[in-house]
Amino acid sequence: MLALHWLPPAGDFDTALAELRRDEPAADMLFDSLTGLANRQIDFMQTRRLDRYLTEVMPKLPARAPRLRLALLGSSTLDHLVPGIRVGALRRGLLLEVDVAPYGQWRQQILDPGSALYAFKPEAVLLALDHASLLPELPLETPAADADAAVNAALEELSSLWQMLRDRARTTIIQQTLWSDEPPLFGHFERQVAASPTALATRFDSRLADRASEHRVLLLDLRGAASGVGMQHLSDPKLWHHAKQAISPAAAPWLGDQVGRILAAIRGLSKKVAVLDLDNTLWGGVIGDDGLDGIVLGQGSGNGEAFLSFQRYLKRLTGRGILLAVSSKNDRAIAEAAFDQHPEMILRRGDFAAFEANWNDKPSAVRRIARDLDLGLDSLVFIDDNPAERDLMRRTLPMVAVPELPEAPELYARCIADAGYFEAVSFTTDDTQRNEQYVANRERRQLQASATDMESFLRDLQMTLTVSRFQPADLARVTQLINKTNQFNLTTRRYTEAEVRAMMEDPHILTYAGRLVDRFGDNGLTSIVIGRIVPDDSAKAIELDTWLMSCRVLGRRVEHAMLSVVAQDASTLGVSRLIGRYRPTPKNGLVKEHYPSLGFAPVETDGEAENGETTWMLPLGSNHLPPVDHMTIVYRRD
Amino acid sequence: MNEAAIYATLNEIFRDVFDDPSIEVSPEMSARDVPEWDSFNHINIIVAAEMRFGIKFRAAEIDALRNVGDFVALIDRKRQAA
Repeated sequence: MLALHWLPPAGDFDTALAELRRDEPAADMLFDSLTGLANRQIDFMQTRRLDRYLTEVMPKLPARAPRLRLALLGSSTLDHLVPGIRVGALRRGLLLEVDVAPYGQWRQQILDPGSALYAFKPEAVLLALDHASLLPELPLETPAADADAAVNAALEELSSLWQMLRDRARTTIIQQTLWSDEPPLFGHFERQVAASPTALATRFDSRLADRASEHRVLLLDLRGAASGVGMQHLSDPKLWHHAKQAISPAAAPWLGDQVGRILAAIRGLSKKVAVLDLDNTLWGGVIGDDGLDGIVLGQGSGNGEAFLSFQRYLKRLTGRGILLAVSSKNDRAIAEAAFDQHPEMILRRGDFAAFEANWNDKPSAVRRIARDLDLGLDSLVFIDDNPAERDLMRRTLPMVAVPELPEAPELYARCIADAGYFEAVSFTTDDTQRNEQYVANRERRQLQASATDMESFLRDLQMTLTVSRFQPADLARVTQLINKTNQFNLTTRRYTEAEVRAMMEDPHILTYAGRLVDRFGDNGLTSIVIGRIVPDDSAKAIELDTWLMSCRVLGRRVEHAMLSVVAQDASTLGVSRLIGRYRPTPKNGLVKEHYPSLGFAPVETDGEAENGETTWMLPLGSNHLPPVDHMTIVYRRD
Repeated sequence: MNEAAIYATLNEIFRDVFDDPSIEVSPEMSARDVPEWDSFNHINIIVAAEMRFGIKFRAAEIDALRNVGDFVALIDRKRQAA
């Protein structure tokens, strides 16, 4: 029902929390322990207890932990849901600061430019409204056209509120589908009476998705998410009458997890790879013992069909940009042969971006997979039917997500979906091509292995970098990269889509989006630079606010090409120098030497630099930029 | 579960809801005696009790509660009926 069934049982949660309180370890360990406790199947009282401690120690948690400011606006009481939301975000390593608008004040808070909402400067706003707060109650005999007009008017009002909120707060908006648990008046005939409350609400909801996409608003699709749970389990009518709680406190952990996963996705914390065991996970039986003909897969048996159906689900996930990898204790040749030769197999060898079949321990295999794919361990989900392997993974690599897989394969896909690991806030053409891109990367690595030296390897790739200003069509992809790139990221500044849009319109800001194509295919939009034109002594300088690159195109000297484009602009604009900053994080050690390697000189800053930040400067004009003769650059200025 | 056991469980719930390990519930205790006992925590106590005792209260039953003693009697009655 409302249980977080993909998480391991709460077990000794209460003792573990008490011990954590007593010992209160140093910042890093405290944060990891709190996240660990959040990743258990805890009820609403345990969630409250964890949240209470979290709130208490929040100032002590490490700076590396991502944070987000969330405002809640609703037509019902929401305060009781806050612990669930904060813990739902913590489960994904995200710390929240939450502001709840007073009950009944959601409209005023948006309309009044001086409201507490705007003073709070939210980075995300959740609008949780019921249908009575937007839709009128119409006489049942109202003609269909009038009922339809009422739905459109409500959508218009909501859209203009979004617009106002966006203009004033530059925030990401999350709109909950309208809440309603009104019992039907007509039963099955209900939706054919245009003015009935249910017909109005469902019509509203079905148009809401398109409207939200137009306005780049995200949905909290309560109706969709609750369809497997039953809306009635989310609410308790007496609590509405007593305390105006549309959602029961008992449902707070579940609801909080739904909100938490969207917020984590906004911050780029969604998972990217499903790492799969083989025997009894992708098929029934043991391929090494039972052989190709002995494993259970398809062939009309219920169990065999269930495994096929799980494979089909995974195959569909690759279509939306989720990578698959194998981690199996098996003979590699036997495991690969199964994918190549089994007639019913839906997944094929080419669907896996990494393939670890050997007799080593799985945490080592998972580490290698992360390294091969240039991704952090916290991007991986480890899917294995064996409880002992799951337990070992949780103990050894706590940052890897490990779902508590049910015993029946027919329930695997639902378990993975319910866990919300792969929540998205956009879907771009880059996502649809991701798997091919990683496969092409493997071919590039083979070319690299055969090339005698770096220069010839780079030349043989036949690269073309196309650079342009951020285009409206790039907005989703640019925001995605800004929020999820950790390694090749000089400043790790995160911006919401609204903020990126504002930068595109700012005449003092130069935006650069780089797309790289080579002989193996299109790597997509993978490089971003944001420069700010600032006054500098007698002239002007460009301060590089953001410089990041997807790890997919590391080691191709794309950064040299991007620099040459920025330098071109600088000379046109009469800029005397470029200023760059490196802000260290636990994940961006890779680019520590980025600026000196491009010929920038260190700048002494006054006083102690905060958190080890370093500043670099490149005078233009006389300076020799690093040569770019290994690729073609196409720069489309505006 | 006898009356004493209900009191003991309720005591745990109260300590948890009010985050106060020194709370001792008694039959006459009511919202007037505990400063943090507002409508928000009132609902938390109700929902926590529903989960712990495996019962569901009605709106009217909640309206009629005057003190902890009433609450224990109500829980006892509902458990018997269940």
